[in-house]
Amino acid sequence: MSRPRGLVIIRARNEAETIGAVIRELKQKDPSDILVINDASVDETEEHVRRSGVPIVTLPINLGIGGAVQTGFRYSVENRYDLAVQVDGDGQHDPSYIEDLVRPILEDRADVVIGSRFLRKGGFRSSFHRRMGIRGLQALGRCLTGQTITDSTSGFRAYNSRAVAFLADNCAVDFPEPEAIIAMLKRGFRILEVPVVMRSRKAGTSSISGWQSIYFLYKVVVAMIIEAFRSPHD
Amino acid sequence: MTKIFIISAIGSAVLLVVIVMLTLRRRIREQYALIWLAMGVLILIFSLFRGLLDLVARLAGIYYAPSLLIVLSVFLGMVLGIHFTVVLSRLTDSNKKLAQEVGLLKNRLERLERSRSPEEAAPAGPGA
Repeated sequence: MSRPRGLVIIRARNEAETIGAVIRELKQKDPSDILVINDASVDETEEHVRRSGVPIVTLPINLGIGGAVQTGFRYSVENRYDLAVQVDGDGQHDPSYIEDLVRPILEDRADVVIGSRFLRKGGFRSSFHRRMGIRGLQALGRCLTGQTITDSTSGFRAYNSRAVAFLADNCAVDFPEPEAIIAMLKRGFRILEVPVVMRSRKAGTSSISGWQSIYFLYKVVVAMIIEAFRSPHD
Repeated sequence: MTKIFIISAIGSAVLLVVIVMLTLRRRIREQYALIWLAMGVLILIFSLFRGLLDLVARLAGIYYAPSLLIVLSVFLGMVLGIHFTVVLSRLTDSNKKLAQEVGLLKNRLERLERSRSPEEAAPAGPGA
């Protein structure tokens, strides 16, 4: 069998300041193909990506992280990649960890690998409030599925082709991460976490901030509970 | 006491006329006009036929019959609201799918165009 082909999916919304550097660093540290999903940016994100020569899918309307990353999954299915890695466009995720994320998939020990900030100390671990929220989601997730995921909001992940095919068809629109984990655990996908150290973002603000974080928490909790009660065949 | 019946009869008649006019001008799709028409007709029937309203009110244990009109309107309004949420969710989903499809197709088109003009051929996506 030939070497597995990997696709790194970067979702970028108004990341003109960072996207060029993120792509350069990725090219340097990882041999995988790169795809940028430009989520209807209104700045020069698209120009920066085109200058780097990396393929880009520009969405005509803003779909949010879930819808944008799902576009990447569909691209990955269409082009028959063996695995996909999801990376943020703001430079928070250090590409040197991609190897760690991908290894369990290549060894067929997991279908989804999540890079977790909380398995090992160090690096940027976000604010106190947000950590409390993540801790709460962790407890809820454990109640609903019996498995502990320490960093369910981490957007630094790797998926094998089976998981990609599943997510290409069903994926929530807004902030997909915590519900998607429950949906996948219920369908028998193996989810593993590996420790990563994240950097604080180089520019821009978190996709979740202020009042939005209350909305996010409310939405995610409801979505997680609904997902837990949903039949796996829906 | 009968004022409320006149008001609600006129109100539902106006509603029906507005809905029919909007439908004729294709501002509302027939599909969505149906639920409005059914609601208007129902309220109109209850406003015109007091006896029917009294009967239903008695069956429901409501002492003041006209308040049944209000309960009915609120309930039907909620049904409409839920119906619209369902429609809206469906639209959101299809909208998302369309946007994704447009993005992917544009990318594929670019790759095709690039492979047809070899002087510009850059190492783009896979299979390009």
